Amino acid sequence: MSTLKFIAKRLLISVIILIFVALIIYVLMRSLPTSYVEQIARQKSMQPNSKSFEEWMEQLNATYGMDRGIIAGFFHWAGNAIKGDFGDSWFYTVPVVEKFQSTVWLSFVMGAISMVLELLIAIPLGIIAARKQYSKTDYAISVIALAGISLPTFFFASLLKLLFSVKLKWFDLFGLVGRNYEQLDALGKFFDKAHHLVLPIVTLVVVSVGSLMRYTRTNMLEVLNADYIRTARAKGLSEKKVIYRHAFRNTLIPLVTIVGGSLPGLFSGALITETLYSLPGIGYTSYNAMVAGDIPFSMFYLTFLAILTLLGNLIADILYAVVDPRVRIS
Amino acid sequence: MADKNYENRPQEDVLNEEKSTENASESSEQVYSLNDDRRVKVLSPGVMVAKRFFRNRLAMVGLIILIIMFAFSFIGGLISPYEEDQLFYRTEILKKEYASAIENTEFRYTAAEGQASAFTGIVQAQFTLAQSKGSDEFAYGGKSYKLSKDGDNLYSIYDGDGTLLGIAYKDIFSVSNANETLTFDIRYEGLKAYSNGEASFTVDGLTYEIADDGLVLLNGQEYGYISRYVVQALMSDVFLTREFKDTVIEIIEKNRTTGEAVLEVEAEDGVKQEYYFVKNPNTGKWTITQETESRVYDTYSAPSSEHWLGTDGYGFDMLTRLMYGGRVSLMIGFIVEIISTVLGVIMGGISGYFGGWVDNLIMRIVDVFYCIPSMPIIIILGAAMDNMGVDPQIRMIYLMLILGFLGWPGLARLVRGQILSLREQEFMTATEACGISVRRRIFKHLIPNVIPQLIVSCTMGLGGTILTEATLSFLGLGVRFPFASWGNIINDVKNTFVLTNYWFIWIPAGVLLLLTVLAFNILGDGLRDAFDPKMKR
Repeated sequence: MSTLKFIAKRLLISVIILIFVALIIYVLMRSLPTSYVEQIARQKSMQPNSKSFEEWMEQLNATYGMDRGIIAGFFHWAGNAIKGDFGDSWFYTVPVVEKFQSTVWLSFVMGAISMVLELLIAIPLGIIAARKQYSKTDYAISVIALAGISLPTFFFASLLKLLFSVKLKWFDLFGLVGRNYEQLDALGKFFDKAHHLVLPIVTLVVVSVGSLMRYTRTNMLEVLNADYIRTARAKGLSEKKVIYRHAFRNTLIPLVTIVGGSLPGLFSGALITETLYSLPGIGYTSYNAMVAGDIPFSMFYLTFLAILTLLGNLIADILYAVVDPRVRIS
Repeated sequence: MADKNYENRPQEDVLNEEKSTENASESSEQVYSLNDDRRVKVLSPGVMVAKRFFRNRLAMVGLIILIIMFAFSFIGGLISPYEEDQLFYRTEILKKEYASAIENTEFRYTAAEGQASAFTGIVQAQFTLAQSKGSDEFAYGGKSYKLSKDGDNLYSIYDGDGTLLGIAYKDIFSVSNANETLTFDIRYEGLKAYSNGEASFTVDGLTYEIADDGLVLLNGQEYGYISRYVVQALMSDVFLTREFKDTVIEIIEKNRTTGEAVLEVEAEDGVKQEYYFVKNPNTGKWTITQETESRVYDTYSAPSSEHWLGTDGYGFDMLTRLMYGGRVSLMIGFIVEIISTVLGVIMGGISGYFGGWVDNLIMRIVDVFYCIPSMPIIIILGAAMDNMGVDPQIRMIYLMLILGFLGWPGLARLVRGQILSLREQEFMTATEACGISVRRRIFKHLIPNVIPQLIVSCTMGLGGTILTEATLSFLGLGVRFPFASWGNIINDVKNTFVLTNYWFIWIPAGVLLLLTVLAFNILGDGLRDAFDPKMKR
């Protein structure tokens, strides 16, 4: 029962935090100079077949309660948001939620594939590095991990593009589908998309595998230091059994926690990578919207990211308590 | 992990450690008691940390890289012979089609006054037929026409009644003054006189003189000229002078067989201009291309002894730009880190020391800040600043403030966690017993104990901040032109042409960025290992 109580309490705190985060985001949006907001509305109304300037401002007021005070306006907006009404995107001219639903899955697929690859690479290498601490292998793995962390995404993506797209011509520079996508059959379409996702996924994996690798190594080192490992060795168990039975399982505890905590993040999209490769995922879609001053979409995206972060923390906390029997919930 | 190892250490060890890492020269004014246990120790913990650190080869590599980077950025800018915003030019030879000249081989026609309706195109065509057959009359549509040869390639056409309908000619009579129209009579008489080699002709009581080269003078003034060549300007804003046309004709006549010629003209301002004449063998048309030397920005020039890394898309020296860019990137990194450290230490210190509802409040604020997605917010603010045309310098300040303000929660958590455990220790009870003020207790006794972690965290944070700044600048939302930063130097790579052709524009900046961030991370790692001997079994 105490677990349920713990979850309920954490959930409540999360909701309160979310309200404050949303309030800060709302205030931030409100404190953008009105001239800027009006200017964008005016630009919008200039476009052919667009609503008039007054209509844009009216819609803005309707969605954000711009004509009310900040607190009243916030509750007005939040009330709509809870009902799933985030207004119409200015940049895409469709309801924000609709645009979100059409783009988020690509981001999720990309994120999920990269995450699996990261785990497959990071955990074995991290364990090897920890087992052979201060060996050449360890140094090599550590430096590679650090280099991955230090690698600017945009620079690495540009290098990949130069090598694989320009010089070797294996991949297209941009986009999710090739030129003759429409002529392909279902299987061909699938492979075309998969082909276009190779470079972005490589970028994502290389840039983010390092921290997971280091995390695995640190944890493994700590576990290998523990008394029960000494006991296991003292019992005369084979090194293989010590590492893969006793140590590895214990290393998994923090790993499961961190991986579980990052699951919601799969939906957040890779803002930079998607933008670099012009992939129509949620990251690139939001980037375009934010740069174009699309306030409804930006508000939605910010709130969405905040929810994902909170959810991630919540999952991590719960998993930590569930996976590790030594942790008692209080 | 690292956090736990300080809990059980005696206070003076940590103090000493902090002192000697912060500033080894201060050791003379240390306030340590001279207890026996101190005297027998050969190495102070601080020296031990330093020893451990200097023994770590990887960390040393990081340190050396960083020293080189700082020297490159801060001293390099002084050594470099060029300025950050010094533009370079090169003279480029631009080829433009300037004029065309063609020798007129077709008959041209002008109708006599009031005869335009009778002198139709069909009549003209019939004339050509008759002329080529050598007959002096032709009939068309039941009417008969006569033609008389008035001179070389000059014919006049009459109808059956002997009325002058018009003339056919190959020499072109053009008027110098563009506003004046050439009457039929003047043209006819002029062409007649020219083709027969006469020196003058008279129309309406005015006498016109014709020079050998076809120049027609009226009262000693240039009136027009007659020539077999049509010289036309090909550029809309060019007026071809008479002299130029004459030179062109002269050259064309001279080089008729080769079909090629070059003319070099020195203009008044001393700029040399070259004209290339090329004849199209099929049409007989000469095209005159002008070569002008013009000064253009020396953009994307390849690495040379003058510019070791070439020049960028604006015409700046790339290497100098990289030095100043490094300055900006490092400065921003440090300032941001200082802002967030100060905020984090204050908030974390207060939170950890007082505990209770203060702690709760501050930690909830930290939670809230943790959830604010910083990258999207900076992108939105950047776009808004773009739209409002904020000055690049002010923009840079805003960028630092925003990054600094969004970065403190992590540090606050770290400091709080440390202080929570430290304040339960005996030395804190001692400070309380001594009646030391709260502020002194926090900032003199608690915070110094957190410094090792703080240094490690800041070193690694610096790399991250530089990376964030670079990413923003790369997206065009951080540091803007005219300032350079490593991120906005790489920005050029968004242009696929640059990506493909000019490696020297973006690869050096990327390598510098990678090395710097890597060095900060390695250094942070090394410092952590050095501070935390438990990790080094």
